[in-house]
Amino acid sequence: MTGLKLAIQTVETDVLIIGGGTAGCFCALTISENSNLQVVIAEKANIKRSGCLAAGVNALNAYIGRGETPESFVDYVKRDSEGIIREDLVYSIAKRLNIVTEKLEDLGLTILKDKNGDYVPRGKRSIKINGENIKPILAQAAAEKDNITVLNHVNIVDYLVRDGCVIGALGFSLRGNRIYQIYAKKTVCAAGGAAGLYKPNNPTFSKHKMWYSPFNTGAGYAIGIRAGAEMTSFEMRFIALRCKDTIAPTGTIAQGIKTVQVNAGGEEYVEQYGRPSTHIRLYATVMENRKGNGPCFLKTEGITDEQQMELFKAYLNMAPAQTLKWLERNTGPGRENVEIEGTEPYIVGGHTAGGYWVDHHRRTTLKNLYAIGDAAGGSPKKYVTGCLAEGQIAALSILEDIKVAQIIKRDDNRIKEQVKYLSRFLENNGSLHPITEVEEAMQKVMDEYAGGIASAYGYSSAKLGIAARRIDELLIIADTLKASNLRQLLAIFEIIDRLYVCKVLIRHLEARRETRWRCYQENIDYPQKDDKNWQKYVNSVFKDGNVEIIFRELVGRDAVYEHKN
Amino acid sequence: MSIKIDRDKCISCGRCRNICPGNLIETDEAGKAVMKYPSECWGCTACLKECPAGAVRYYLGADIGGRGGYLFTGNHSDHTDWFIVSADGTKYQIKISKKESNRY
Repeated sequence: MTGLKLAIQTVETDVLIIGGGTAGCFCALTISENSNLQVVIAEKANIKRSGCLAAGVNALNAYIGRGETPESFVDYVKRDSEGIIREDLVYSIAKRLNIVTEKLEDLGLTILKDKNGDYVPRGKRSIKINGENIKPILAQAAAEKDNITVLNHVNIVDYLVRDGCVIGALGFSLRGNRIYQIYAKKTVCAAGGAAGLYKPNNPTFSKHKMWYSPFNTGAGYAIGIRAGAEMTSFEMRFIALRCKDTIAPTGTIAQGIKTVQVNAGGEEYVEQYGRPSTHIRLYATVMENRKGNGPCFLKTEGITDEQQMELFKAYLNMAPAQTLKWLERNTGPGRENVEIEGTEPYIVGGHTAGGYWVDHHRRTTLKNLYAIGDAAGGSPKKYVTGCLAEGQIAALSILEDIKVAQIIKRDDNRIKEQVKYLSRFLENNGSLHPITEVEEAMQKVMDEYAGGIASAYGYSSAKLGIAARRIDELLIIADTLKASNLRQLLAIFEIIDRLYVCKVLIRHLEARRETRWRCYQENIDYPQKDDKNWQKYVNSVFKDGNVEIIFRELVGRDAVYEHKN
Repeated sequence: MSIKIDRDKCISCGRCRNICPGNLIETDEAGKAVMKYPSECWGCTACLKECPAGAVRYYLGADIGGRGGYLFTGNHSDHTDWFIVSADGTKYQIKISKKESNRY
């Protein structure tokens, strides 16, 4: 079969935002409301239902509730993350959480209020909402702005770089045989985190029934890695504790009806493993199963019919598989406890600390490039509102920075090379390997040798060495893959991007020679936390084919961090 | 876990194809929507909510306990009707107002 021919379309704009999820949309809205700058959002799907909130969200889990302060919020995040956070970044987010929440309500999100008009708390830092339509609300707001152009179904494959500056990005359309060459004065990476690196909980037909969006394949990280941007804390992976099989949230039950985790013998088990932080609740469950005390459950038996109906509704609003699973068996959480399990690991800057190394303004180490939301590192527990806050911070920085910026173009020969690079997958012939085989091979390697579910998340230096070699081999195989259409071309890039993320992740896991976070970073060679030597960040830069590790000192709460070296 | 599109009910409007966050839905020669990559579905239900004809059914794969039951939606400006048919044919309907917050 002869390859598709791709035509080139050039777009020029003031600001390019890669990824139209929560952070990207809000960044665009902030720029639009405060300037006449032209903004382009490039989105691989459709911003109305793209990113990790496609199905909706169950609550706003980062909010400064009554009795809490931005300072107490930072304290909480620091404690829960074992001290390795960018306090400056978390603090700047904390100060905006309530502002962006009100803005979200103005845009049309339903937030539960009491008779005094105050938001009803769900927890200390959490409020109750109907988040089913959060993406349609943000997308509609963006659509109403004259200076925001949305390019749906455009997948970005690399930045355009000239003399060390990001001058835009290159992508292809899934809807026409077109390559987009987008030039921008400022570029924002809001392309989310990385799912699908590891063999998932449900590796066969329901392989994409996972916690994070399977369509967030680490493209945002990978394009930065390939361009030489500094990354941070990939070794602080995120692993969620979820309802078994449906991978629906457990917090809805645990916080909603204040239930506890019990093992097969009905015993509450979490506290014997330490202070019940996010990762300890997970670790305790993994350990109980290893000891033969599983399966583990959320204790829901005996809740009232009304509580059960509220759970049916809450899950329909963000994880409908769970309600279907109950009702298709004519049962519910009132009749049987809900089994729980840990997911495969992800890299996601909105929950843990992996992502781009950014300064106070969310500038990356590449000139003219910013990173926000799940793509930006250093500030765990952003959740939805933290991602909005970060979109706002980057937008306000851009409004200042762009005053002296101009569009820089590159020489025309470069585009020819990149078209050739993209097109060769359409022209490749005779690959021994189908696309999904390379994906499954990558997930198997990561599962077995880089701390996946198979090894209860633990890894050793010897195993990581094998993982590193195998990932490099798969990168070579990936180059031979054949795409017969644009959807397959997308699938190939989704694999290549994840292989780059794996390559960096493996080096980060190896570099931190302690065990800082149970399950997230379980280094069997160094099974203890080592505060004396490891109160620092593990960062990296990909250079000349190698991942170089950089250690950086902790940044304090009141610092205004700028990139120096 | 995935979705199935009822060809007879499909009105060829293209909205499900346009909304799918995984670019998993395509159209056949007659313009009818087809779930092309069923094992790559996240289960977000964006297509169900978008479909004006109620032609999209959502089901659980046998690997995660599916037994033949399914779910579909009726979409209205102020609320969503969720219809669930259990494996033994029992029907459930849950109406959720868009202005009603989760209790939990």
